[in-house]
Amino acid sequence: MNEYKRISPSKRFLINIVLVIIFIVVGTLLTGGDSLSRASRALILQIGIYVILAVSLNIATGYLGQLPLGHAGFMAVGAYSAALFWKATLNMPTPVSIVLGLIIAGLIAAVFGIIIGIPALRLKGDYLAIITLGFGEIIRIAIINLSGITGGTPGLLNVPKYSSFLVVFLCVAATIAAIHFIMHSRHGRAILSIRENEIAADSCGVNLTYYKVLAFAMSAFFAGIAGALYAGFQGSLFPKSFDFMASINILVMVVLGGMGSMLGSVIAATVLTALPLVLQALAAYRMVIYSILLIIVMIFKPSGLLGRYDFSLPGLIEKWMNRKNKPGKEVANE
Amino acid sequence: MVFLQQLINGLQLGSIYALIALGYSMVYGIILLLNFAHGDIIMVGGYIVLLIIAAGISPAVAIAACIIGCIVLACVIEKVAYTPLRSAPRISLLITAIGVSFFLENVAQLLWGADPRVFPATRIIPATSYQIGRLTISLTTIVTLVVAIAAMVVLMLLVQKSKMGKAMRAVSEDMGAAQLMGINLNRIITFTFAVGACLAAIGAILYCCKYPQVKPTTGYILGIKAFVAAVLGGIGSIPGAVLGGIAIGLAEVAVNALGYSTWTDAVVFVILIIVLLVKPTGFMGASMNEKV
Amino acid sequence: MSELVSMPSPGRIPDRDIDKSPILETHHLGIKFGGLVAVDEFNVMIGRTEIAGLIGPNGAGKTTVFNLLTNVYTPTSGTILLDGKDTKGLKTYQINKRGIARTFQNIRLFGQLSVLDNVLIGLHNSIHCSLTSAMLRLPAYWKSEKVARERALELLSIFDMQDLANNEAGSLPYGAQRRLEIVRALATNPSLLLLDEPAAGMNPSETSELMENIRKIRDMFQIAVLLIEHDMNLVMGICEGIIVLNYGRIIAKGPPEEIKTNPTVIEAYLGRKKEG
Repeated sequence: MNEYKRISPSKRFLINIVLVIIFIVVGTLLTGGDSLSRASRALILQIGIYVILAVSLNIATGYLGQLPLGHAGFMAVGAYSAALFWKATLNMPTPVSIVLGLIIAGLIAAVFGIIIGIPALRLKGDYLAIITLGFGEIIRIAIINLSGITGGTPGLLNVPKYSSFLVVFLCVAATIAAIHFIMHSRHGRAILSIRENEIAADSCGVNLTYYKVLAFAMSAFFAGIAGALYAGFQGSLFPKSFDFMASINILVMVVLGGMGSMLGSVIAATVLTALPLVLQALAAYRMVIYSILLIIVMIFKPSGLLGRYDFSLPGLIEKWMNRKNKPGKEVANE
Repeated sequence: MVFLQQLINGLQLGSIYALIALGYSMVYGIILLLNFAHGDIIMVGGYIVLLIIAAGISPAVAIAACIIGCIVLACVIEKVAYTPLRSAPRISLLITAIGVSFFLENVAQLLWGADPRVFPATRIIPATSYQIGRLTISLTTIVTLVVAIAAMVVLMLLVQKSKMGKAMRAVSEDMGAAQLMGINLNRIITFTFAVGACLAAIGAILYCCKYPQVKPTTGYILGIKAFVAAVLGGIGSIPGAVLGGIAIGLAEVAVNALGYSTWTDAVVFVILIIVLLVKPTGFMGASMNEKV
Repeated sequence: MSELVSMPSPGRIPDRDIDKSPILETHHLGIKFGGLVAVDEFNVMIGRTEIAGLIGPNGAGKTTVFNLLTNVYTPTSGTILLDGKDTKGLKTYQINKRGIARTFQNIRLFGQLSVLDNVLIGLHNSIHCSLTSAMLRLPAYWKSEKVARERALELLSIFDMQDLANNEAGSLPYGAQRRLEIVRALATNPSLLLLDEPAAGMNPSETSELMENIRKIRDMFQIAVLLIEHDMNLVMGICEGIIVLNYGRIIAKGPPEEIKTNPTVIEAYLGRKKEG
């Protein structure tokens, strides 16, 4: 009887690291120079930002199993934090300012995530959804009203455009890697166990509050980073960009891709960001199409297009190594 | 006097919220769904009245069309989008509801544009005001209060006395058992949506008479506030929804009167958050614990 | 043990545990839901390596007792001493860390996760790896994961389930799901294991295998087991002490031979079942 061959976890790790490095190098090379038009450069940056937003929302929605409706609020917090920091540190060496701004954006958003998470997570399902929606709106209304700091409705202008390809690529890669690594550790398993069965998780010694808040904080942290990148991409910020519609937009990506599937979020974020820009004619109908898609997917494939499937190169290699020895056949061969 | 004037304004607004909150509360009580699309039905109702009156047809026809249109719309939504998901996880149902809400808003925007349209309020309720001492009360306010109270009384009678109402209460108590008792679940659920939509349509007309404009997002914030009212009062409870609606209306008027009108919506949410933290079941809701 | 005899209705614990303090003691434990008294004056004592049974007609409050012991419900009266320490105010997960693990009457597995992951979640608190180590894949991560995986497979091998490690837990046959729940509970390194109807839905041969395994677990891990069960062959076969509950109150307590002949028990419970 042939053993089903497996790749050791450490080798899987090495394969993944190589994959990430290839992604960054190829991405930077392809987009470097003048080979791309302005529009496609902007599109690629936008895709990167939405990928981070989608995978970050996926932590709370797909992995933790909750439905926060105020993700754009965290994005807004990150965007304004980074923008204000960058504007105040124009005479700092640019790379230092960029890195510090991103970290600050993530951390402040994470603090908001914790502040919102602690009360919100005491509630379930719809109540959590509505309370996060409320928080998201409060953040937006506060931004409008605190115009002395945030520029209010007329907007916060002249934000340094720091979101270069390299910065966005590194952030995308780091976000995906960090989330992947955490999700495949005791911490990630604890978060998944809460989604699967809260009561059982509790009785297995998983500190529900801690892990719920952790998942929320992580989700907010990466949304904050995406917000910072958004600020550095647009060069100006307006409260309207962070309304309920924006939150729903991100949710649509996660839901269509498959809640709990990182690959699904990445693909959905890419397609849904690129589609309206590629097909200009559709632009007016974009939101109508999104909403119909949302309803249809929920009715016919509630787990999303990819379900919980996640891409894994080591997993594919493993399958290839065992191509003659399909798992499950072992019993029949005996 | 200013206080009394504001109190009346608050009651007027509050009773509109209450009418809409009832729809949320009843639907939630029966199928545990936060019907996001409820608010957008109000918006559609507003457009129906506006368009029919603009076409030169009498306001009475417009009102009837609005009520019937809202009921039909709600039932269609229920049949098309919610019925297939009845046994699906709650999160799927909620996402669908958001999808429906999103759909209605965007279709409205495509059809009628994003800009607000003026609502012919005076064609429905004349702009008359009465002076009682130093108090000014508009006819709109009186009509709103009378209609709202009448609608709530009718609803109470319907739920408490009629056979349909009894069946509704049974379903919200225990869906499985109610079905075993021979209650037709689909009929009850559709009926609940219809009653909710009818109240929403009345709320829509009264709201548009107070704030005479309609735009695709009219329903969104109005719906959210009404939902907050329903939660505040205790979701699933009819008197709770009324109480919650009036509380939100009064709070909103108070915040405006104090000169913080740009913060009004934020205050509504702060109230919601505090209530959910202190008493998650609202004023009059029953607690729901998962059996272990 | 004279000082314990003065406690209200002390239980008897097996002779081999007599020189050690009991793992679990409850005094006047009770809970009211509104006006309904679900459990009242629940006084028991369970020895370090005892296998005890909690029986009673449906609705007698057996599962409620489990929920009280794990603080899923907060008792309205009485105290719970786990290993001599009061568990008042602890959360369910803290009680698990202190040594009580449980299974559920209606199976509660992490259905969409693998069998291995289910056990690894049970091992949650014995894996020592910080968030930073996990995120940066530091050596601490690799080491702790390796140890945990080996331990998980070892635990699965008790029920001969190690080959199912990569299957989805929810897709296992019913009996295997019940066994996996026990393995997951064991993974949390308990000193008291609460089993809620472990043999429910099992056929007689599976049940007798389960009996063997419960004994084996007790011997291997040197832990106490308290089980709720309707299968009288199992209860009478492996339990050293039996607690009979009716309408939320203990109506009898003692070794199987005594319970079998106790007239109150026969009237309340066994008589109708034509057992014993």
